[in-house]
Amino acid sequence: MEANTRSTTGRLPAAFLTPGSSSFLDFLGDHAPELLPGNRTLPPLKGAVELPHGTTIVAATFDGGVVLAGDRRATMGNVIAQRDIEKVFPADEYSAVGIAGTAGLAVEMVKLFQLELEHYEKIEGAVLSLEGKANRLSTMIRGNLGMALQGLAVVPLFAGYDTERDRGRIFSYDVTGGRSEETGFAATGSGSVYARGSLKKLYRRDLAEREMVTAVVQALYDAADDDSATGGPDVARRIFPIVTVITEDGFRRLADAEVSEIARSVLDERMERPDGPQAQVL
Amino acid sequence: MSTPFYVSPQQAMADRAEYARKGIARGRSVVVLQYADGIVFVAENPSRALHKVSEIYDRIAFAAVGKYNEFENLRIGGVRYADLRGFTYDREDVTARGLANVYAQTLGTIFSSVGEKPYEVELIVAEVGSAPEDDQIYRLPHDGSIVDEHGAVAVGGNSDQIGSYLDQRHRDGMTLAEALALAVESLGRDTNGSDRQLTAEQLEVAVLDRTRPQQRKFKRILGRQLARLMETESASTAKTDEPSDEEE
Repeated sequence: MEANTRSTTGRLPAAFLTPGSSSFLDFLGDHAPELLPGNRTLPPLKGAVELPHGTTIVAATFDGGVVLAGDRRATMGNVIAQRDIEKVFPADEYSAVGIAGTAGLAVEMVKLFQLELEHYEKIEGAVLSLEGKANRLSTMIRGNLGMALQGLAVVPLFAGYDTERDRGRIFSYDVTGGRSEETGFAATGSGSVYARGSLKKLYRRDLAEREMVTAVVQALYDAADDDSATGGPDVARRIFPIVTVITEDGFRRLADAEVSEIARSVLDERMERPDGPQAQVL
Repeated sequence: MSTPFYVSPQQAMADRAEYARKGIARGRSVVVLQYADGIVFVAENPSRALHKVSEIYDRIAFAAVGKYNEFENLRIGGVRYADLRGFTYDREDVTARGLANVYAQTLGTIFSSVGEKPYEVELIVAEVGSAPEDDQIYRLPHDGSIVDEHGAVAVGGNSDQIGSYLDQRHRDGMTLAEALALAVESLGRDTNGSDRQLTAEQLEVAVLDRTRPQQRKFKRILGRQLARLMETESASTAKTDEPSDEEE
């Protein structure tokens, strides 16, 4: 109850009724600063700590929206910590965030980010612009800089449908909160190098939603192929990547059956040609 | 120097209550009704920007009458309370009962504190359940009391008359269009007994819809959707209730 009943009479404490900020983070900073992840200090660490890490996230825009997907593996050093972790979350109705890095901190950051957007929406009666959302996420990552420098980094990928400009957009970040908009496609996490290489050859602006989802699943397969920390589709346990699509109609997470169908067709093709589809030389 | 008059505590409280009641009575009313799929909020409010009905949390909404800056302050306080609670524990742990308690404490303390002017507001906090029996509606008058309501409730200027009108006609399991039509009819009742016809432009309508697939059940009904909903109902009543009446 601590944070809610800090007044003696049971009435709402003054901080709750003070007009001003529409930001939940600002409110937490004023009223319950110990709940803000950025205010935590770590004891000095000796050597590397092994904590669950999330790995590869990819995003790609298509005509009418954007696809954001992630594999399901969390690793702790050379051990697989979790096979079915979820690393892609809706941020609000028109945006989603995928996270790579220290899993525990990342999940908390997403929870706060979702709340920040919802809180603003409720207080203001209006939705933040996509740029505004991307900037809020930037501030939150920057708040984690101290921990990032000690090895507990969180690096998200943010994708959303811009209702003003009528198109899907992708933003990538670095640990200092530096944000850059990506055109076409982007990836983050340990397998991102391979995923990006794969998407480079597969990505075409004219791909339809379903084809783009297939391209993204191919990219995740290629990442898992070369990066041990990224998990490929697990047919035996029926664990498939999480694929989300954001269009004019809002956020949608593809059903497991739908992703499994696409992943299986990718696998079937790879039986013939293990390295995946080939591009033209010229 | 004049000697201050002695005012009995009873008289002081009665004066404060009178002051708050008069402030509330100046404004237009808000009605809240249960219908088959949830709870509908209807306010007479020509403004599109200054809301009397708002979302607090997943299943909880808020309606208020009285002085705008005061209830707006309470609304923001409620959103902060709910979001903080949901963040500290879980989304399921945010309940209308908890929120209504905090509001009651806040209003009650302000009402009985001599240094503060009593709030001229009356609130409704409602939570939609998974079935109509689980719906909760709390009415919070200016003095910090809580009234647990069922079916239909009215607050604001003409609430007694509107309330009794609603009580007589509201029944369980109404459709949204029926509940809306009843709400609009009741809001059109004036103190002198005459009827006004309210149009969609004068109304602010929102629902907590338990059938909504999203986690957040609150939804405003605006513009064309509202007009269509009001039209279907008035058309069907014209057909079934008054077959001879061609004017409608």
